[in-house]
Order: sequence, then structure tokens, then C-alpha cells
Amino acid sequence: MQDYLPILLQVVVAVVFAVSTLVISVVLGKAARRNAMKDSAYECGMLPMGEAQPRFSVKFYLVAMLFILFDIEVVFMYPWAVVYRDFLVEHGSSIFWSMLGFVAVLTVGYVYAVFKGALDWSK
Amino acid sequence: MALLDSIPWFLVFTSLGKTIFLVFLVVLPMVSYTVYAERRVSALIQDRLGPNRTGFPLTLLGFKKDFSPFLGGLGQPIADAAKFILKEDLTPGHVNKPYFWLAPALAMMPALITLSALPFGSEFMGVKMVVADINVGLLFMFAISSVGVYGIVLAGWASNSKYPFLGGIRSTSQMISYELCMGLSAVPVLLVAGSTSLSKIIDYQVHEGWLLLPITDGKLNLRELLLFLPMVLAFITFTISMFAETNRLPFDLPESESELVAGYHTEYSSMKFALFFLGEYTAMIAGSALTVVLFLGGWHLPFIPDGSHGPIWGAINIASFFGKVAVLLFFFIWVRWTLPRFRYDQLMKLGWLYLFEIALVNIFLTAGILAFTH
Repeated sequence: MQDYLPILLQVVVAVVFAVSTLVISVVLGKAARRNAMKDSAYECGMLPMGEAQPRFSVKFYLVAMLFILFDIEVVFMYPWAVVYRDFLVEHGSSIFWSMLGFVAVLTVGYVYAVFKGALDWSK
Repeated sequence: MALLDSIPWFLVFTSLGKTIFLVFLVVLPMVSYTVYAERRVSALIQDRLGPNRTGFPLTLLGFKKDFSPFLGGLGQPIADAAKFILKEDLTPGHVNKPYFWLAPALAMMPALITLSALPFGSEFMGVKMVVADINVGLLFMFAISSVGVYGIVLAGWASNSKYPFLGGIRSTSQMISYELCMGLSAVPVLLVAGSTSLSKIIDYQVHEGWLLLPITDGKLNLRELLLFLPMVLAFITFTISMFAETNRLPFDLPESESELVAGYHTEYSSMKFALFFLGEYTAMIAGSALTVVLFLGGWHLPFIPDGSHGPIWGAINIASFFGKVAVLLFFFIWVRWTLPRFRYDQLMKLGWLYLFEIALVNIFLTAGILAFTH
């Protein structure tokens, strides 16, 4: 655990820095003078129209789902990559083919997503 | 008292010293002078002058003349900071207050925390120049830097306003898409170096030559020559995704000025705005430093021994590390003022179709070279 103690200290330093800069600017900065215009959403000087949070494309949601799928693939690759050279020396190239098989299965999903148009934003 | 005895005080004090040196004496001054450099270099590129006047106002302290150092304008970052602190600090009435205040802090903190796993030098007076030498350094840096998304999303969502909202959702999908490419393009490095510990990756490069420049150890064999191509590809994909991760041009769609005013920080003012700025530039420095560690040999320079040969070499190692980082930062600025912004569909196509596939094929290229050359 001693390896991680310095990280805890760094976290404390980062939090103290972020909080203290915010506090300093509240203490030293000019007090805010409010008026109705400052309290309304900025829309280039016009009065705000419609909802503040409009509907947006479902594609953002699709990207998030695909990200989770493929990010897990990346996570699987890290331990594989770390032991790769030692494994090669001891057991030969089977480690190469097994990862190729794993990625080939995932590639089917990727190709499906591409042909389904999940990643095409121009339409 | 048993609790007090169990705390390793030497470790606490050395690592606090290293943290304070790294954050307050190196990175934060580097951030403010990168902002200054950005303004001067952009002026140079666009044939303007840029900020070239601000000196240090010594007349306020009773001296006869103000001090304007050689090139002029070097006092600009200090003046900027003072101005940010003293400006009117407005929290507009329509925002979601707790999250509105949390967002700038969340944008700044992850960038600072990632620095703790960074080996910024070899050894100085017998102390290793890395705040926390953990064996999963690379994973730690990826994990913490991806928390940076939350600051931007929260800022966009809590502002309760159209432009910040659009900037926020744009940046979410941009950052997670390119995080994928970034993670994939680091795998070839792990394959070759065989460790996720950043110090071990540098050790490997000290002995076998930098991954991007395998000649630096003075010898070159067939395998290193073959590995050169995948390493260049990995470097290119890694750098491009780093640009996207830090929301820099040509990937600055979350805050594209010409369509979204200022994107996710439209409603922010004074120091809260400045924290987003500091966070972005600190993330740039952390990203450049990671590139230096992975591909450019970290603190290593040919013919210069490590810090165990004397403190002067240790200091030179630290300086060469930050020198390399500064070169990459200049590259960041150069690209920003050279390339126009992508359209959103082009951005997604580049990330998901081209970079993702290149990085994936590149992994098997590297693995194949390692497996079938002896």
C-alpha cells in the first residue's frame, strides 16, 4: 500500500489547490452585481427561446454503448500485452493466435455496427 | 501513538516535496507560460505582435522604473492570473449551483492527479524522481485522465443553457471515442516493453533505444528496424487521440467558438473559467509527458548518464524531460494555428473508422514481428 500513499498526498494537494483558487476569487474578486439579464441563459444577446436542454441525437447514446463494448476489449489486451514476450519464450506463438481469434470475434460485431450505420453521423 | 509510528514519515516528506516541486514549481508555471507562448506563437504565425509589453510594475513598490525584461510581455501570465482572481465572480441565477461550482474543480483535479505517476527524472540525491512509482502507472494515468470528462459534462449540464449543453454532450462522445484509440495505440508499447510501469518502460528505452528512435543506444538490429514502422504508426495514432482527448484544435468541437459561443464554459466567469483553462493546459502537459515517456525515452538523452552518477546529471535528466515536453507543447500550438476544425461526422469517422482500425491492426503487426523474428 505504501506505493499508493504518495498518490493520496497528490490528491490532497490537487483538491486543496482547486478549492483554494475558487475561494480566493470569491474573497478577493469583485462582488457580483446581479440583474435580470445576467440571470438568464446566454443566447448571443437574445432572450432565451424554448427548452434549455433541447432533444439531441440518439447517436450519442449509441457511441456510449459501443464504447463500453470495445473498451472492455482494450482492457483485456493490457494483461495480454504485458505477459506477451515472456509467454513467447516459454510456450511459443500460441498466444498470438489466441488473441487474434478473440479480436476476430469482436470484429464481427464491429463490422455489423459499421454496416448498420451506427457510426455514420452524416445522415 | 502506534498510529503515529506506523506512518512512514520519510516517504511522506519526500513525496510531498516532489509533489510540490512538480505541481507548483514546474507544471503550473509551465501552464501559464504555455498560454503566453500560445499567444506569442499564434501572433508569429498570423504576422501580428501578440502581448509584448507587460513587464513587472516595480513603480508600485517605490522603484523609479518598471522592469520590462528582454523580450517583453513576460509579465503577462502574472497579470492574467491577477485579473482572473479580481474579476466579478458571478453565478447566474438559472444554473444548478452545486454542480456549477463542482465542475471547474473536477476539470482541474484529474489533470493534476495524473501527474503523480509520471517519472519526470531519473534520480536526484538518491531519491527517485517520480511521486508514486506504481506498477500500473500507465493504467492509472488513463483511468484518472478519463475522469476529466465529468468536469466538462457537468459544466455543460449544470449551466442550464443551450450552448453549454451541446458542448457538453459533444465532448462526452468525442472523449470516450478517442480514449478507445488512445488505449489501443499504447498496446504496442506494452508488447515491446512488457510492463505497464512507466519507470520500467523508460528503463527499457534507456537500454534498447527509444521506441520512436531505436538508434539512440548505438546499435540497430533487424527486429528494431522492423518494429520501427508499427512504433511510428502507434505514435501518430496516440498523438492524434491525445489532441482529441484534450479538446485541442482541430478537435475543439466542445467549445467551437464560431458555432457554440464558448461551448461548455459559456456561462462561466472569473476564476471558475480560469480553472477550465488551467485544466486543459495541465492535461496537455500530462499528455505530452506521457508521449515522451512512451515513445521518446522519457528523461534519457544519448551519452548522458542517469542521476546515480551525481546530482548534476540528475538535474540534467529532469531538464531534458521537460525540454522534450516543451517541444511537444510547441507542436500542439503549431497544429492549432495551422489546421481548421473538423465537422462532427468527420471527427467520428476519423476516430471510429480510421484510427480504431489502424491501431488494432498495428497491435497485431507488432505482436507478429515479436513472435516471428528471432
